[in-house]
Amino acid sequence: MNKLAFFSGLLFGLGVLLSGMTNPDKVLGFLNIAGAWDPSLLLVLVTAVVVAFVPMQLAQRRSKALLGEPIAFPDTRSITSRLLLGSAVFGIGWGMTGLCPGPSLASLASLHAPQWLFFASMMAGMAGFELWQRAAAKSSQTAPLQTNRKAAPLTAKP
Amino acid sequence: MFTIDWSVFTPYSALAGGALIGAAAGALALGGGKIAGISGILGGSLSDALAARRPASWRLSFLVGVLAASVLWALSIPLPGAQFEAPWGLLLVGGLLVGVGARLSSGCASGHGVCGLARLSRRSLAAVATFLSTGIVTAVSVHALLY
Repeated sequence: MNKLAFFSGLLFGLGVLLSGMTNPDKVLGFLNIAGAWDPSLLLVLVTAVVVAFVPMQLAQRRSKALLGEPIAFPDTRSITSRLLLGSAVFGIGWGMTGLCPGPSLASLASLHAPQWLFFASMMAGMAGFELWQRAAAKSSQTAPLQTNRKAAPLTAKP
Repeated sequence: MFTIDWSVFTPYSALAGGALIGAAAGALALGGGKIAGISGILGGSLSDALAARRPASWRLSFLVGVLAASVLWALSIPLPGAQFEAPWGLLLVGGLLVGVGARLSSGCASGHGVCGLARLSRRSLAAVATFLSTGIVTAVSVHALLY
């Protein structure tokens, strides 16, 4: 499993680097549709989805992966306010910088200060979110009126 | 708007890079039953570390793989992202927003964009549509305001 994960990461890293997506100017060249438009990102995304499609569809229909690990992929149906808000916020940060987790990780080896600043800020954001989640969970545990009602998603589950 | 600038568009490397990304995601999913979503792999490992738990070894292996690719690359030619300049305030705030947003939405370009769309997940479609929209509006605005 770990060997597979390593090679998947290696392949993923090479792909991200080759695609040019680690260059923020290319990402912003796509997102800034008002400027000289660079559709490379769109081509990268479409190609990646097309190539991943068959293995993903096969995997979704299995209970165990080829190496034997149980398959328990995330839910595909519920569109929650967390999902939409989180995506919106992610997009704003992405549009400000042209960077996101994968390309950022793959660019650390450049030892370029702006890359490290983004990566550190991103990790700080992730850590901050985690700690905030834990604090929120703790305070709901000590609340006087305790219910087991989970927040309902915006769309009904099948 | 949408007039392609052919001097910057790199179709062949985009195709090749995209294919490798897709292959990596497909292999991890079908072979290992895991989603190749960087925010989940990175963020999940961070969450474990913050809780003094040992992160999942497959996640660490994946991250090492990405780092290995970048080091091997950097040894031969400069990394594509090694030149860019940006105001540090933008990088700081942008980084925070990307980190928070990715964890809040349980995914990013690789998790929702590649894996989610390949799964025909409407959840990921909503995520991608949303972050592409705010991403475009933000990029256009920032560019107009700063440059």
